[in-house]
Amino acid sequence: MQRITIDPITRLEGHGKIEIFLNDEGNVANTYFQIPELRGFERFCVGRPVEEMPLLTNRICGVCPEAHHMAGAKAADAVYDVDPPRTAKLLRELLYMAFFCTDHTTHFYALGGPDFIMGPDAPVAERNILGVIHKVGLEIGGKVIQMRKYGHEVVEMIGGRKVHPCTSIPGGLTKGITEEQCAEIEKMGRWAVEFGQFSLQLFNDIVLGNKAYVDLILGDIYTHKTYYMGLMDENNKVNFYDGKVRVVGPDGKEYVKYEPKDYAANIAEHVEPWTYLKFPYLKNVGWKGFVDGPDSGVYMATPLSRLNAADGMATPLAQEEYDKFYKTLGGKPVHQRLAIHWARLIELLYAAERWVELATDPEITSPNFHTIPTEKPTEGVGIVEAPRGTLTHHYWTDERGVVTKVNLVVGTTNNYAPITMSIKKAAASLIKKGNVNQGLLNMVEMAFRAYDPCFGCATHSLPGQMPLEVTVRKANGEILDVLRQFVD
Amino acid sequence: MSAKPKFAMYWAASCGGCEIAVLNIHEKILDVDAAFDVVFWPVAMDAKYKDVEAMQDGEITLCLFNGGMRNDENEHIARLLRRKSKIMVSFGSCACEGCIPGLANFSSITDMVDTAFSTITTDNPDNIRPQSSYAMPEGIITIPTLNPVLKTLDQVVEVDYYMPGCPPESHQIAAVVDLVIAALNGKAQLPPKGATIGAGNSTVCDECPRKRNVKAIKEFGRIQFIHADPELCLLEQGIPCNGPATRSGCNARCPSVGAQCIGCYGPAEGVVDYGARLISAFASVIDSNKPEEIDKILDGLVDPAGQFYRFNLAGSLLRSSKSAQKG
Repeated sequence: MQRITIDPITRLEGHGKIEIFLNDEGNVANTYFQIPELRGFERFCVGRPVEEMPLLTNRICGVCPEAHHMAGAKAADAVYDVDPPRTAKLLRELLYMAFFCTDHTTHFYALGGPDFIMGPDAPVAERNILGVIHKVGLEIGGKVIQMRKYGHEVVEMIGGRKVHPCTSIPGGLTKGITEEQCAEIEKMGRWAVEFGQFSLQLFNDIVLGNKAYVDLILGDIYTHKTYYMGLMDENNKVNFYDGKVRVVGPDGKEYVKYEPKDYAANIAEHVEPWTYLKFPYLKNVGWKGFVDGPDSGVYMATPLSRLNAADGMATPLAQEEYDKFYKTLGGKPVHQRLAIHWARLIELLYAAERWVELATDPEITSPNFHTIPTEKPTEGVGIVEAPRGTLTHHYWTDERGVVTKVNLVVGTTNNYAPITMSIKKAAASLIKKGNVNQGLLNMVEMAFRAYDPCFGCATHSLPGQMPLEVTVRKANGEILDVLRQFVD
Repeated sequence: MSAKPKFAMYWAASCGGCEIAVLNIHEKILDVDAAFDVVFWPVAMDAKYKDVEAMQDGEITLCLFNGGMRNDENEHIARLLRRKSKIMVSFGSCACEGCIPGLANFSSITDMVDTAFSTITTDNPDNIRPQSSYAMPEGIITIPTLNPVLKTLDQVVEVDYYMPGCPPESHQIAAVVDLVIAALNGKAQLPPKGATIGAGNSTVCDECPRKRNVKAIKEFGRIQFIHADPELCLLEQGIPCNGPATRSGCNARCPSVGAQCIGCYGPAEGVVDYGARLISAFASVIDSNKPEEIDKILDGLVDPAGQFYRFNLAGSLLRSSKSAQKG
């Protein structure tokens, strides 16, 4: 049997590897997407004081430590059954909105967006952030840097550090913010709203104004009719920091809505012997393999999933964009994975609007930012939306608040099965009768990028190139062909 | 071909935070680009593994290597880059001392894998464990083999300098970049081999703005159970702050915002055993001479092993528990 190995050379053989097997006719028999990393947080966090969990779990990911810090803090709140003061919740959410703006900006401009702004037919050497700057203008580079800088400044003001924030503790925060800081944060937030609008206008002009691009989004190659998950407020509007988890079916109708503490009744994780990562699925639908449809428990948790799972956005400008999104793409739910990029920009605008709302709340500068826990510590679940999907932390402790057991269902992990399916579909569409189309490289790359996966941050590469090398081998290991992109 | 010195940066078992810290030096990145030919940096550019293999030994002038040695592949790349690099910097806490993932060395690798594959949400009726090599119907597929214990970079290859921090502070990275560029231009001298760079020579306490009154304590407390005074030393308020044993260089970032130092900059200059130094520092603030009372006060530290070896277990004299070494 013929074999094709795809190593993302950005991480060498580590952190993500694709094996494609062809049958005797030269068509795809199967694909395997392997994650070769395990660091074991679920084991070595046992024995640690629960208040350290928001600091220890930061180190799961240096790109989105804010998400682990927040999920960890909320799980630790729940362990003590303590409700932080309103100011603490506002400040945590404010930090989190600034982080979302930074993260979504990085992804759109440096990683995923260039495929669209430059166009899928543009020479590969131009499909990166530098190409975007050349096409749209030099000032766009300055704006992107400014957005990232503002986001990091707010994270540092509230969280104490730019990477691995340290101020969230059970019951709230170790510090508040001053009126001066608040004024500065508000100013940056208003700029972020303009940046969000600018980004959507850019998408509108370049992508939506071009039929070929719209056809690409609506094409079949990345379409999977799965379930969709997202955290919702009491009005079923997208919320990144708090609420209930809502799942809608492939038909767009609500399948289940659960409290964070009930996640284990709804989610299970399938195990395969050829990878260190598990495959989450909807427990009550069941694991049916790497297939879509209402009978398969495979779900997706991304910006698009959140929009599909919601009834709308909680801020006015984002709501307008939400309506336009579904009107343009033919109603809810949208199953086409490339629409995740557009959904991400709508979320960017929401995060910026919410940033301003929070910064202008009269209670945001209150010194009442911490409630001392009084209950006996037991067990708690904390859920937030990470940029790459619903993030669940679950801790059990002894009566001293020392951790005895940990369970983590991490953002990108939710999407392990859907990404595997997208890779297989792309491969099957492009490899026919042993002919490995050069386009495979780009199509697989686009499959990765849409999900913005963070398998050990595998695709967090700047300036938006994901070097791939595809080796086609005969069964005896003899190399038939080597295809490269961004490598030479 | 450019005649500029060559620069490389690599991540082994790490979180990516070191790369973010380097990107956060903002315009200084342009200085790196101007002074060096960046030949290998997976986060920032296309990486050519085979090109690194094809290089002459010592062809890379400066290599910043972050991440711990969790599996055989991490070690393989560490050896390759060591061979190709003149100056190899052990960059960040994971490479220098194991960091938080090094806490895995308190238990065996079997225990760690068993835990991950038996959580309450794991659907694993056949008790499957990932296999380094697995025969699927279509052929054999492989993944790296985990090391029994997590190792630091210098337990696998010789390193020239250590740059601590989780992650290293961006202002320190910028200062090191300036120093190396000056040294390459003959305008500065590099420190002796084996030195710690991009950090201070004292402790976090020396940089901390909080006031110390040399006040002793009757009990250890926990951050969630007090409203800490924003001006006073956290340790003197009973919070087990690791500042006294931890190397300076971060501007006391965490204590400045009301959170205790957790020790990410590693042992202070001259400290052989971080835990021992911290134990003596904690002992010095205990207000008692009675052994029983002292024992009771120490009981307030609910996780001594983690408290004293949180970031540096893999690099410490302990390195790992006996059960971990057995695998």
